[in-house]
Amino acid sequence: MKVNQLSQLRETTSQTAGPYVHIGLAPKFAGFDIFENNFDNVVAGPEAKGQRIRIEGRVIDGSGTPLRDVLIECWQANAAGKYRHPADRQDKDVDPAFRGWGRACSDFESGVFTFETIKPGAVEGRNGSVMAPHVNLWIVARGINIGLNTRMYFSDERAANAADPILNMIEWEVRRQTLIGQRAESGAQEGAAVYRFDIHLQGPQETVFFDI
Amino acid sequence: MSDQYEFLQRDRGVHPPAYAPDYKTSVLRSPQNALISIENTLSELTGPAFSRDELGPLDNDLIMNYAKDGLPIGERIVVHGFVLDENGQPVRNALVEVWQANAGGRYRHKKDQYLAPIDPNFGGCGRTMTDDNGYYFYRTIKPGPYPWRNRINDWRPAHIHYSISGDGWAQRLITQMYFEGDPLIATCPIVRTIKDEEAVRSLIAPLDRSSAIQLDSLAYRFDIVLRGKRATLFENRLQGAR
Repeated sequence: MKVNQLSQLRETTSQTAGPYVHIGLAPKFAGFDIFENNFDNVVAGPEAKGQRIRIEGRVIDGSGTPLRDVLIECWQANAAGKYRHPADRQDKDVDPAFRGWGRACSDFESGVFTFETIKPGAVEGRNGSVMAPHVNLWIVARGINIGLNTRMYFSDERAANAADPILNMIEWEVRRQTLIGQRAESGAQEGAAVYRFDIHLQGPQETVFFDI
Repeated sequence: MSDQYEFLQRDRGVHPPAYAPDYKTSVLRSPQNALISIENTLSELTGPAFSRDELGPLDNDLIMNYAKDGLPIGERIVVHGFVLDENGQPVRNALVEVWQANAGGRYRHKKDQYLAPIDPNFGGCGRTMTDDNGYYFYRTIKPGPYPWRNRINDWRPAHIHYSISGDGWAQRLITQMYFEGDPLIATCPIVRTIKDEEAVRSLIAPLDRSSAIQLDSLAYRFDIVLRGKRATLFENRLQGAR
C-alpha cells in the first residue's frame, strides 16, 4: 500500500443486453416459468397512494420501426415526491406500499410497453429548485451498447415543466418536447389516466438521452 | 465519507460508443445527438432496493433451478467475485442477475432458432445479492459459443450476461462475462465495440483453480466495479440529499 497516490478502479465495461435479455430479467417473456417471484411492470400495487396512471409507448429505431425486443426499467418518487432510498432526506413520507421501480418488456408483435404506476409528486432539485414530476427510464436492447437514460415528464404539468431545471438545461427548446408524455383523452382504463410516450432512438424526432 | 455524496462522472472511454457499425444492429439503434450531461439530483442518487426474501432458495443455482428429471449436461462451474465501486468499497445488497445459453450454445427463448438442442434440465437464468463484503456467487453450466446473424460466419464467444443494480440509479449496468483463453473473444464484433484493451480484459474471468470444488466443479472469478461516490465537501447544493 502506498500513500499519497491517486488510485481508482475503473467501472466495468458495458455490453449490450442482447436479444434474449428476457431470459434473465423477465423469464416469463422468454417463454418459461422458473422463479417464484418475478419482477414486472406493476410499479404500484393496489395499496399504493396516489393517482393511478398507465404509461404506454414504443421504442422506435432510426428507420421508424418499433423495437420488439427492448427492456425498460423505471424509477420514480411516490405521490408525495419522495424516493424510497436513504439518500432522500426530504421531509416527506415514504409510502410502504410503493417501491418506485418496475421493469417492462415490449410486446413481441406490437412493440408496445406499459407501466402500471401512480403519478409521482415533485422532487427537490439542486440549489433550491423543484423538479417537475417525472419518471426516470433506462432502456436496454440488442444493438444498444450501453443503457440509455431518459426522463418522462407529464403533458398536464405545463407550469411545473416550464420551471423544471433539467428541461431548462436542454439548450434546444425544440428537443424538450421529446420528454413529455402525452395524456390521452381516451383509453383510460379502470380509472387510470394513460400517458403515451414513444422513445425515438435516432432521427428527426430523437429523444433526449442523458449522461447522468 | 461525508454524508452528502454524488456519483463520479462516468468515464465513457471505458465503455463502447453507441454507434459501432461492425455490430450491425447498433447502426439504427444509436442516438445521433450527443448525450446531455446533468449533475446528479435525487433521481440519480437514489435507486431501487431489493431484499433477499424476494429471491428463492435455488435462484443462484442454475444447475438445479430448472432440473426436471436429471442434471443438465455440460461443464459444472462456480462463478464468484466481488462487486466494488471505483473507490474499492464493497457494494452491499446489489442485485446480480445472470442469463446464458446452455452447454451447446442454445438459449431457452422463444426467439432462438439455433439448431443445437434445448437441454430439458437447464433454464439458463439466476440471481443473487451481494453480502456485506460485496461478495456474490452462483453455480451453473459453462455456456457454449453460438452463431449469430451479423456477418454470416460470426460466432459469440462463450459468455454469461450480467445485470447489476447497485445503490443508485446512476450505477445501473448490464454487461457480459467471457472466459479466460477463449479464442473467439478476439474476433467478436460485440467485444470489439470496446476500444480500450484494458476494458476488454476486465470482462474476461480467469479460471480460479483454488476455488474449484474437488471432483465436482471448476471455478471462475469475476469482479465487477460500479461507479464510485465522491463526498460533496464544502458544497450544499443538493437539498434533501445525502
